[in-house]
Amino acid sequence: MTAGLTTVRAGALTTVQDAGRPGHAHLGVPRSGALDAPAMRLANRLLGNDPDAAVLETTLTGCALRPDRDVTVVVGGAPCPVKVDGRPAAWGAPARVPAGAVLDVGTASAGVRSYVAVAGGVAARPVLGSRSTDLLSGLGPAPLRDGEVVAVGVPARPVPPQVAAPWPGPPAELVLPVRPGPRADWFSPAALRTLTSATYRVSPHSNRIGLRTEGPALERTSTGELPSEGMVLGAVQVPPDGHPVIFLHDHPTTGGYPVVAVVPEPALAAAAQAVAGTPVRFTLA
Amino acid sequence: MTVPRPLTAYPAGRHALLVELSDAEHTAAFHTEVLRRRAAGSLPPVTEVVPGARTVLLDGVPDPEALARRVAEWEVPPVADDTGDVVEIPVRYDGPDLADVAALWGVGPGEVGARHASFTYRVAFCGFAPGFGYLTGLPAHLNVPRRSTPRTRVPAGAVALAGPYSAVYPRATPGGWQLIGTMPDPRPLWDPERERAALLTPGTRVRFVTADGTTDGTVTKGTAADGAGPGGTATDGSTAVGAPREAGA
Repeated sequence: MTAGLTTVRAGALTTVQDAGRPGHAHLGVPRSGALDAPAMRLANRLLGNDPDAAVLETTLTGCALRPDRDVTVVVGGAPCPVKVDGRPAAWGAPARVPAGAVLDVGTASAGVRSYVAVAGGVAARPVLGSRSTDLLSGLGPAPLRDGEVVAVGVPARPVPPQVAAPWPGPPAELVLPVRPGPRADWFSPAALRTLTSATYRVSPHSNRIGLRTEGPALERTSTGELPSEGMVLGAVQVPPDGHPVIFLHDHPTTGGYPVVAVVPEPALAAAAQAVAGTPVRFTLA
Repeated sequence: MTVPRPLTAYPAGRHALLVELSDAEHTAAFHTEVLRRRAAGSLPPVTEVVPGARTVLLDGVPDPEALARRVAEWEVPPVADDTGDVVEIPVRYDGPDLADVAALWGVGPGEVGARHASFTYRVAFCGFAPGFGYLTGLPAHLNVPRRSTPRTRVPAGAVALAGPYSAVYPRATPGGWQLIGTMPDPRPLWDPERERAALLTPGTRVRFVTADGTTDGTVTKGTAADGAGPGGTATDGSTAVGAPREAGA
């Protein structure tokens, strides 16, 4: 039987996420999806869910939910205190939440985004094959609001026997491997050296669209206007202020600022967990 | 024999290739060729084919370097004028920038619509918002600059010009383009419930037709104010307005 989770506290920004909707970029549709995809998949696996079943992605301050039936959840990703009706419960492992009890996912003690997976998966209505909230173009379910009820699907399998799950800790320093291009030739060799030798910091203006950085500006040699072109996940785009922006899952599908380098997708999970002020170093991949 | 087209392929990370062409026309031809080869099964698997103004991005490519070598050897025929679906967009030429555009074109405000509707356009690429197509086809001498101060809100259905492009806003957003008209019912432009979510997909040809009151009434008979849901009029393929047609039909 399906369950519903009533949102007692939506938190700063809690969205539904799954593997996103790749394949529609040519229509102007961002891929979206969980920013820390490995955390989403691990939480789902611990519950016996499909690895890409929809989960809730919180931002810094967690959320609180009250199920109308007994449910099993895994809270993972950014470490945080987990409580069920005020009593400490497991983080990073299945926890039982009885009907009517309040699951409180607390403020992250490190990292940015915690993931709340529920046995059976979040059952929001799919749009273009995905339940993900896309904050750039507003596709998928809107961010959670207090009082809103989140539908949960029927578990396909019982919760499997538990194995020790390695949860990577959020980065104290974010090291991002980069491959130069496609528009590295719009920058001076000095700018490329700056990118791979200077220390940047994660800007507080980062969001699901991009990880913004603060640090030395990258100077362009080509001052012309770049006609709009397709953008990849992990693109290091350099706007006129010269501060690199790393495109995360809600990034625009086309853009007009040159991309100096690209961060491979596996490195982006750590980027999604880097709090404002975290030092960032770019290394040649 | 087809002369090989000038083309530069740039790797974009480990799994993508950005192919740059010399102009919009060659970009359209290359994009068409990519889609043809994809449909024929002769293209390595790709997750995204994203055309831009002068580029085509191939993403989710197993081996970008190998693909770069292959595309350099392709023979790419030019795009024929009569290929691709044709959609007709009804327009009331009543935009707030009509007088400015008329002055730039050197015509009277009443002549802008007829002039704009006299060309056949092609969706070069999408971006900015789901279903927002950048339409080429306006002659170079009719290109107009963006407004010096963007508007904080451009209504859905606004028909707009900027540089070489025409567009129809599928939803209300901020925007800096010159507004020359209104598509009375913009809902067909973007409907994720429909099999073909975007009306204006890259490669689609577009004609603007001057809307009269009758057309307006026909396409706005739906009751859903927040867009067409399943079974709404905008998803009804029988309506002539905004329904894609096969080429030559």
